[in-house]
Amino acid sequence: MKSLSLDTTNALCGAILIGLGGFFIYQCLNLELGTAFRMGPGYFPLLLAIILTLLGFVILIQAARVHGEPLGPVAWRGMLFILPAPIFFGLTVRGLGFVPSLFFTALIACFASHRMKPLTAIALSIALTVFSVAVFSYALGLPFERFGPWVRF
Amino acid sequence: MDLFSNLALGFSTAGSPENLLFCLIGVLLGTLIGVLPGIGATATIAMLLPITFQLEPVSSLIMLAGIYYGAQYGGSTTAILINMPGESSSAVTAIDGYQMARKGRAGAALSIAALGSFFAGTVSTFLVAIFAIPLTGIALQFGAAEYFSLMIVGLVSSIALAHGSIVKALAMVALGLLLGLVGTDIYTGTPRFTLGIREYADGLNFVAVAVGVFGVAEILRNLEGEKTRTVLMAKVSGLLPTRDDFRKMFAPVIRGTVIGSALGILPGGGAILAAFASYTVEKRLSDTPEEFGHGAVAGVAGPESANNAGAQTSFIPLLTLGIPANPVMALMVGAMIIQGIVPGPNVAIEQPALFWGIIASMWIGNLMLVVLNLPLIGLWVKLLTIPYYVLFPIIMAFCSIGVYSVNSNVYDLYAVAFFGIAGYLLVKLRCEPAPLLLGFVLGPLLEENLRRAMILSRGDPTTFVTRPISAFLLLIAFAVLVVVFLPAVKAKREAVFQEED
Repeated sequence: MKSLSLDTTNALCGAILIGLGGFFIYQCLNLELGTAFRMGPGYFPLLLAIILTLLGFVILIQAARVHGEPLGPVAWRGMLFILPAPIFFGLTVRGLGFVPSLFFTALIACFASHRMKPLTAIALSIALTVFSVAVFSYALGLPFERFGPWVRF
Repeated sequence: MDLFSNLALGFSTAGSPENLLFCLIGVLLGTLIGVLPGIGATATIAMLLPITFQLEPVSSLIMLAGIYYGAQYGGSTTAILINMPGESSSAVTAIDGYQMARKGRAGAALSIAALGSFFAGTVSTFLVAIFAIPLTGIALQFGAAEYFSLMIVGLVSSIALAHGSIVKALAMVALGLLLGLVGTDIYTGTPRFTLGIREYADGLNFVAVAVGVFGVAEILRNLEGEKTRTVLMAKVSGLLPTRDDFRKMFAPVIRGTVIGSALGILPGGGAILAAFASYTVEKRLSDTPEEFGHGAVAGVAGPESANNAGAQTSFIPLLTLGIPANPVMALMVGAMIIQGIVPGPNVAIEQPALFWGIIASMWIGNLMLVVLNLPLIGLWVKLLTIPYYVLFPIIMAFCSIGVYSVNSNVYDLYAVAFFGIAGYLLVKLRCEPAPLLLGFVLGPLLEENLRRAMILSRGDPTTFVTRPISAFLLLIAFAVLVVVFLPAVKAKREAVFQEED
């Protein structure tokens, strides 16, 4: 017997799917299951969650046999700046209003690339904000407050 | 003739000046965004969805359809010029298209793609018009059991089309279905999987999930290496194909159209399968198969026609049954619901102007693409030279605005971030996001029809196999699943996807 080595990608994938399946199964236990005739809110999801968990195990077992490419580089810097951008927009669009909120959202996203220079980033964010306000707020008339209560004096 | 009076109604609706204008704007915007590398049709439509909200239902759907064709055309352009397909259906085009471009024949390749697409679009638009009404008739006989089985066919075929491991694709479908069930249970009003967050009681916003999984995840993937792209800036000249090219593209275009039209009807993303199938057929039939992979005209003309024909006929399940065949169609369903239209067999009867207007606008949109975009190709090429680090802040800003404007729900924006990282993780783990998204859309529908069918049959699960249409559909699904797992097909399938890489 060869030494048991796991393909990291597939092992991780299987483990995550098992975890997710387990989470959904746990959540389903609080729901009424009902019968096959009159299914409750938990019946169909529980079925799916069990299938998901089983598939997770299949992938985990396969990880011991099939070997694929490694994970490759991970975009840590990208995640650090790209993901907070929509969250920031969500947190501030009502308080700060559309204009400042969008400006900072764009600015945050700019720094995800190490090639971006600070001045370019600011210029790009200003241009983007002006354009979006013109198009979305004035031309299309989307109901955004341009400046919110936090910045009104 | 009913067909002609219907088409006349359609063309008079789609041909009104303002609808023509919206179609034009849609096609241009779609191409503009679609040309930007790394954004496929799904993300493009998700981003541009909000700008159609203020329009009349007909105009808004015409514009969305225009965006769809534009984005697809843009995807082929990037596939040919920088070997970077905007989405999987133009991945096949990149194989030979990019090689043609490297040999200095980029212009010809682009024209061949555009002309082939236009021909396929014309034929398949007529097919949609011819088959829409009879299929609507069949659809009206569909009960809950039939709808359930049909969706199973769709989900199973989306698995067959996914890259890589079939088990992973199955898992993605299951996960997508579960995510689709987040929200309030329709029968009992019980909140499910909302983690106590009231804002998710109406379910996760589809646009947010699509933008996260397809848009944000793609940006993250592009930020990994941050290599400079080698753009073939060697002037795109000689737009007109030579007479020899025309001769070579004639048969592949016709075969591609037939393959594409047939496969596009399948729920589950037929356009991608069509492109692959057409490429394989052309390679098999060609007198010079060794040319494939080194800039064969047939390798561009066939798949592009097939892809476009499939894109067109994938409207059939949506318009007749209300079932989206792929993520793009799912976005269309979302747009229709926002406009107050319930997709399904009744649309053709209750709103003939809308129904036929959309069909007519498909053809008009395709015509505009050929007439306008070929001359504008220089402009699109310029867009390709914009460095990526300038693009993605713009994309992120537009995505944020777009998602927020759907429901003005800030929790949708948090969902974008969450599904962005989830989508990136899936890419890293080599799982396909497309089956997940299809599962997400079909989840609630599938459960509703399953429960209804079981109530109607008094808890007897054999109802799915004793009703003839349902049994037939399940048989198809089963056959697809068996075929995919056959060792011979499995090996071939891997070979096809290898070629793409």
